[in-house]
Formats: sequence, structure tokens, C-alpha cells
Amino acid sequence: MTEIIRLKGVSRSYGQPPTNALSEVDLMVEAGEFVAIVGPSGSGKSTMLNLLGTVDRPSAGTATIDGAAVNGLSDSMLSALRAYRIGFVFQQFHLSEGITATENVADGLLYTGVPRAERQRRAHAALKRVGLEHRLGHKPHQLSGGERQRVAIARAVAGNPPLLLADEPTGNLDSVSGATIIELLHELNRQGTTVLVITHDTELASQLPRQITLRDGRIVADSGRVSS
Amino acid sequence: MTPAIERTTEQRAPHGKSRMRPGDVVRVGTTGLRSRPTRAILSALGIAIGISAMIAVVGISSSSQAKLNNDLQSLGTNMLTAQAGKDIFGKPTTLPANTVAQIQRINGVESASSTAALANHHIYRNSLIAPGQTGGLSVQVADLNLLNVVSGKIRTGTWLNRATAEYPAVVLGADTADRLGIHTPGSSVRIGNQNFTVVGILDPVPLAPDLNTAALIGSEIAARLFGFDGNPVRIYERSSDESVETVRPLIAPTANPQAPRDVEVSRPSDALAAKYAADQAFTGLLLGLGSIALLVGGIGVANTMVISVLERRREIGLRRALGATRGHIRSQFLVEALLLSAMGGVVGAALGTGVTAIIATANGWPVAVPWPVLGAGVLATLAIGAIAGLYPAIRAARTPPTTALSG
Repeated sequence: MTEIIRLKGVSRSYGQPPTNALSEVDLMVEAGEFVAIVGPSGSGKSTMLNLLGTVDRPSAGTATIDGAAVNGLSDSMLSALRAYRIGFVFQQFHLSEGITATENVADGLLYTGVPRAERQRRAHAALKRVGLEHRLGHKPHQLSGGERQRVAIARAVAGNPPLLLADEPTGNLDSVSGATIIELLHELNRQGTTVLVITHDTELASQLPRQITLRDGRIVADSGRVSS
Repeated sequence: MTPAIERTTEQRAPHGKSRMRPGDVVRVGTTGLRSRPTRAILSALGIAIGISAMIAVVGISSSSQAKLNNDLQSLGTNMLTAQAGKDIFGKPTTLPANTVAQIQRINGVESASSTAALANHHIYRNSLIAPGQTGGLSVQVADLNLLNVVSGKIRTGTWLNRATAEYPAVVLGADTADRLGIHTPGSSVRIGNQNFTVVGILDPVPLAPDLNTAALIGSEIAARLFGFDGNPVRIYERSSDESVETVRPLIAPTANPQAPRDVEVSRPSDALAAKYAADQAFTGLLLGLGSIALLVGGIGVANTMVISVLERRREIGLRRALGATRGHIRSQFLVEALLLSAMGGVVGAALGTGVTAIIATANGWPVAVPWPVLGAGVLATLAIGAIAGLYPAIRAARTPPTTALSG
């Protein structure tokens, strides 16, 4: 198995004087893993996800995502990494109101230069993958919370990225919808996608193969790699 | 960043670059306009008003110029007038009685005619009007060929002829008829102590505006009733177009060889053109006001865009997470600003053209829309949109994707 994430002595500090949101974190995740990152508010989960998603750079240490050293990449190369290799799922879904589920999902491929018709076709396929083939033309406000999150997941995986990052994906959902989302992430993981889920729901985390616990910007527990 | 890292990454990267198709750049540029149409329309309106004001100002002015050119074309620019001026003591002078005949002998002159104002006689509606109330109207003795030389037209009735010139018959200028309240021939008016019958009313004469406030009578009746001595005061002369400039310096010495400096020679078409030039100065002023409106419209667009960038931090963050580069975000907001002002520009151009057409038609002018100005106006709005959108677009591109996504 190849490694998809490697953090080596990674710190991220903000402000003046600097306060560390993340301190000297070492982490290695292999392709195909399903990892939960847990911890209370302010423990550095979101900072970690930003670094893993290459929307932020470490203040110190090296982050290597999908083989690319984040520190040394230009904005356009980082953007390309996000466009092709990383999918994001957010707690608030971040769907565009006023456009259909298909168009929302197709926008996931907007920055890869794929022609519009092809984007639509792949969006249909992705929506089918998350079980929403009957909701192609619906707009976000016509969908339930769980359905909206599934549209967001379809958008994240429309380009078949090897890495999927989910920030509290069930945080705004009831437990039944939340369970279907987790099951969907399991299914995507079985199909080969590396999935990282940030959550403060320890019960949810305990269902996942690997749990990493953050506190005050440091990893305090790691259930370890489940080698396959 | 070390070169080694760069190299390994480039070798490795199996995927393509972050890129957008041109059609998508435009489509994404419209998202802000589609999601907030009212705001888009209102801020485009500022631009539209500015550009329509400018185009209307230029359009109206060029329509009136087209009208003037048409007028000059039909009236001719080959008429000169000579007027007896004042002598060195300030006394009004007259020209010798044979002036018209002399002028006609100048090489190039095609026709000539004369009028003479009767300074001590005035026209009144009837005998009950106080003598002081002359209404600014003059009584003038006219040659029978006057109407042809000045390109005048009879609105109603007839012009003077050999017969009516011997009788108390009068032809009224357009303003004279209005001020006396006379609109039909056959009416009776009072000149001096005599009743005169109105035989005709003139249309306004653009090349000889003093005829508009005149009452014209024949020289025979003027001599008989008012002691007119046959000395003309003003000469109207036509020559061929080419010889106008050679004829001009000869007129004063020919008209009054004894005192050529007492004769004022002028070219009425020049006066019309000068009046137009004065209008042009006013047009320049209005154009300045229009460009200020356009500037304010541009600031409105910039303002809208700045607010839009602040409100859409989340959308920016999402797009960055989906793989948009800073350049993509920048171009999205720049395109949005461009579309916003182009929308205003096109609507404004249409509006300005419409206003020009309405005003020109209402004044009876030919509609002359200056197409280069129209094109320049739309281009100007694009330039304004680019300038107005630049700062917000750069700001949007600098929004860190993390702050845009949190919350």
C-alpha cells in the first residue's frame, strides 16, 4: 500500500505572538484507509483538515499529500491538486441555491476543464452512486438534509479523487440521515477512496477502522493503522 | 521552496492543471448577477444612465447639426448681405439708390435685391393701438425679387407684385403676423396713418431673420405715402458658390464708393454656423456632466462588487476547495463586473439612441445617431467595468480559502 498523507513535525500557528493550533504533528495515512479524527472544539481538527486539504500550509514541518510536498507548491499547483485529487465534504453542505443537484455536482468538475456536457454526464453517474438518481433536477431547498449532504458527497467524488475529506459530515443531520451518510462513506471507502472524517462524535468515530484523537493541537491517541 | 521538490512534483503529477473552459468563465461570471438580479439591475442602471446621457447629448447635437447642414444645403451658403452702417458721427446712413444695379455688375453676382427700413413709420393691428407699442416690428420697403434672393417662402397669400406694390398692400414676416395676431390674408392693418391690406404671410426666413419681424411694402406706395427716397438700407446678394470670396471684398466699395467703410458685409450662413458652434460649447458641457454620471455609475459597480466579494467569502472558499486558482476567482469577479457594466452600457446605448430619436423627431430633425460614439460608449463602459472590478476581484482572489470556508 502507498501512503497518501504524510505529516512530519507539522505545526500551524496563527497571530502575533504565535499560538499553535497544531504542534509538531506526525501522521501517516495509507491509500484506502478510513480514518476518524476526533477531539473537542479547539483541538486543531479543522486546522488539520485545512492542511490535509491543501487550502492551508504548515508554519513548520512538511506535509506531503498524494505525493506532493505542499510547502513547495505554487497556488496553481495546489489548486490542481484539489481539483483532481481531493474531495471536500462540509458540515453546511455548501451547495449553491437556485441550481439543480446535477449542476451542483457538475460544478465539482468545473476547474478541471471538462466540457459541460461531460460534466453533466459524470454528475449523473455520481448522483447515482450516492443513490439520488431520482433527484437529478431538484434544487437544494427541495431536498432533505441527508439528501443535500449526499449531493455534496456526489460533488466531492464526481472526479474520482483518491482522497475524500469530510468535516463533520453528519453534524447538521438527524441520526438516521447521519447513519446513511456514514454508510455511504463506507461504501466509497470500499470502492478504494481514502476517507478522513473529522468529528467530535466519539460514538461515530468508534465505528471507523482507525481513530486519531487530537487535543490542544497534538495527537494524543492513534488506534493505529489497520493493515490490510 | 527547493528546486528538488519542484522537480519531483512535476515528474510525479499524473493529473492536469487546474483550468476552466472560456465558456465556463463567462457562465460562472454570471452567477452573482443571477443570484441577485435586483442588485445587478440597480448597479447596471447607474452605468446605463451615464452612457445614455452621453449618447443622447451627442446624438441630439449631431441631429441638429444634420438639420443645419440640410438647411444650409437648401438655403445655400452663397448669399451675402450688405448693410448701410452708421457714419462716423453715429448717424444711420443709407446706400445710393442705384446700389442694386451696381452690385449686379460685379463679376460672379447672380442676383441682388434690397430692403429699406422706414425708421419713422410702424405697423399696428389697428388705429386704437398707442403709437409707442410698436412690438419691435419694422416696416420695410422691399424689392419685388427679394423673396427669390433670400430663399423665402410664402406661407399663405401672395408675394408683392408690380400691381400691389403701388397700393397699400403689405406682406408680413412670420413673427410680425404672430405678434399682430393675423393669420389670414385680407386682414387690415395700420401703417402710419394708413390702412394696409395684408396680401401674404411669410414662413420664417433663416438667412434673413430680420424679415421675420418686418412688414414688407412696395417702393411705389412707400414713396407716395411715406416719402421713401429710394435709398436702400440692406442689400441681399447671391453669387455662384466659388465666387463668394472674390465678390465679398468688392461689395462695400461698389455699394457706397464714397464711404465703403460705412457698409457692413456679412454672410448669414456663417451666422447660422456660429450659432451652431455656440450650441457645441453647450454640448461639451452636457457631455462633461454625462461623463460624471458614468463615473458615478462605475463607482456604483465597484461598490456592488466589493460588497458582493465580502458576502460571498463562502462561495469563494468552496470554489477554491473545488480547485479554483486565485486567477480563476479573480477572473470570475472581473467578468462579473464587466458583464454588469456591459449590460448597463448596452441598455444605456439603446436608451440614448431612443431619446435621440424621440427628441430629433419631435423637433423635425433627421435622426443622426453617431455610431462611432455609440461603439466608443459601450467600449468605455467595458473599460469602466474592468477598472471597477479590478480591486474587488483582487480582493476576492486574496481571500484565504480557510477563512472563506469556516462558519
